[in-house]
Amino acid sequence: MPDSVPEVPREISASLRWPDAGLTAVPDWIYTSQAIYEREIERIFHGRTWNFVALEAEVPEIGSFKRSFVGPTPVVVARDKDGSIHVFENRCAHRGAELCRAQSGKLTEFVCPYHQWTYDLAGNLAAVPFRRGIQNQGGMPKDFRLEEHGLLKLKVATRNGVVFASFCADIESFENYIGPEILRDFDATFDGRKLRLLGYYRNTVPANWKMYHENLKDPYHATLLHAFLVSFGLLVAGNKSAMVVDASGRHGTMASAKPPEGRKVDAEAKTQMRAFSDTLKLNDRRFLDYVQEFDSPWSVTMQTIWPNFVVQRELNTLGVRQIVPRGPSEFLMIWTMFGYEGDSDEMTRHRLRQGNLMGPAGFLGIEDNEAMRFVQQGVTRSQTDQSLVALGGGEEGTTSHIITEAAIRSLYRHYREVMGV
Amino acid sequence: MTESAAPPATARELRLEIEEFNSDYAAVLDSCRIEEWPRFFMEDAVYRITGRENWDAGLPVGLVYCEGMAMFRDRALAIAKTTMFAPRYLLHQLSNVRVLSIERSGEIVAQANYALFETLVDERTTLQQVGRYHDRFLRHAGRLLLKERHCVYDSLIIDTALVFPV
Repeated sequence: MPDSVPEVPREISASLRWPDAGLTAVPDWIYTSQAIYEREIERIFHGRTWNFVALEAEVPEIGSFKRSFVGPTPVVVARDKDGSIHVFENRCAHRGAELCRAQSGKLTEFVCPYHQWTYDLAGNLAAVPFRRGIQNQGGMPKDFRLEEHGLLKLKVATRNGVVFASFCADIESFENYIGPEILRDFDATFDGRKLRLLGYYRNTVPANWKMYHENLKDPYHATLLHAFLVSFGLLVAGNKSAMVVDASGRHGTMASAKPPEGRKVDAEAKTQMRAFSDTLKLNDRRFLDYVQEFDSPWSVTMQTIWPNFVVQRELNTLGVRQIVPRGPSEFLMIWTMFGYEGDSDEMTRHRLRQGNLMGPAGFLGIEDNEAMRFVQQGVTRSQTDQSLVALGGGEEGTTSHIITEAAIRSLYRHYREVMGV
Repeated sequence: MTESAAPPATARELRLEIEEFNSDYAAVLDSCRIEEWPRFFMEDAVYRITGRENWDAGLPVGLVYCEGMAMFRDRALAIAKTTMFAPRYLLHQLSNVRVLSIERSGEIVAQANYALFETLVDERTTLQQVGRYHDRFLRHAGRLLLKERHCVYDSLIIDTALVFPV
């Protein structure tokens, strides 16, 4: 039995020991253990992290609200009379009912449907029915004070139209949290233009939530699993690309530049990519068009912002994805697709057409979700108890090539510290 | 007036014709012959699968979004030749066909409800989604073709992946 990490409570340390190989191995129990999952909620989602909760465009006016999540915890995002945005737990201070039931809408106050306790747009308790009882009988105790029974409020940060929340009261600024390397590409997508909502996708994946981060820190898979990208020349091994990692190791940007039309794929790369075909041709070439509209050398950036947020800029199709964990072996994915105010109708349709790449029915999205499902089944059902993360040797951090798992190792260095495993 | 309710007898005949159309359409998808799927559409047709929350709010996004025959063929080609997914059986159950109106242009506005069941290896059959087709048909060379099909699903949360068109 291990004795090397004494600060870890027994229920975790007794049976769950990280493999001796260190970061080139990942133990199955980080994907399957309920105890680990509960610690992740406490230390990561409810800990010192900024979590995506909304786009400002979703709560555009005074009184606009949206249901959202921080980790598995339901919260409400609301815009107050002074234009500021509040985030609070979706749980009545009285008996705990989730009081906001609509996905989104507009109102002047929140009223719990159970006993009609009423809260203002900042989550402060405004009124309690029969507070003084009736005919001098019953009611709340004399020393009951409304201001002591508001909804639990989270700290809020916004940057260029994106709203984040944290349960940690003294957390650093959002900009410090993601660091300059990640902020650069975040600002290329959210460059201050107002966003126009195009709609939502929602799907579950029967896999551990961390696999979504791993998948987007694993540029190796993109040229192998995603035959569509390879077949139609959007991404092939040897393209200009990078896997950027921040100083903490938890955030990442997978970036690539679309090759010029007609560029020949090198013969060595071709033989390694089973999916590659010289004969498949798209009927509608508009699909591959890239309108250069960003201050960035990259035509594709996929950003993973720990712990619940993904920014997708895939050519001109834009979206954010919110990861909502639902136990160790399932997560909910909420996709919000958008363009910019001022987009022409044709530009909007271009974004929608390229949207066929992503989402749970997207040419790439189907494959990612299927692959994660397969991994969860594999790690749950087998006798082998660890996986291999050895591509690129022991290197960690940012790399300018894609045949590496350096970013996954960086993530798990950070994760092990926070989790004490 | 750009549209009118069809006389009852015409509407009844049309409804039968649309039911037959939909059964053929479902048979092609249920047997995974996706490369035949484009033949149910006009050259300039629009096809979209979207959640009811988007439909109700007028948001244009599609899980699948096809504009014109070339995109239908590309969707079929991609699913048939390039996309990786676990083998599965699909079964559509279609009902409640309604003919809403016939426009001056000849466009027939119709709806139908659908349920899509999915069966994976080693798993129980699940209800992948339930929803409604919002259709516009045109008669071309004597037979009906879709000018628009918006598949609007009530089941807002997709289980893992929706591989084939609905």
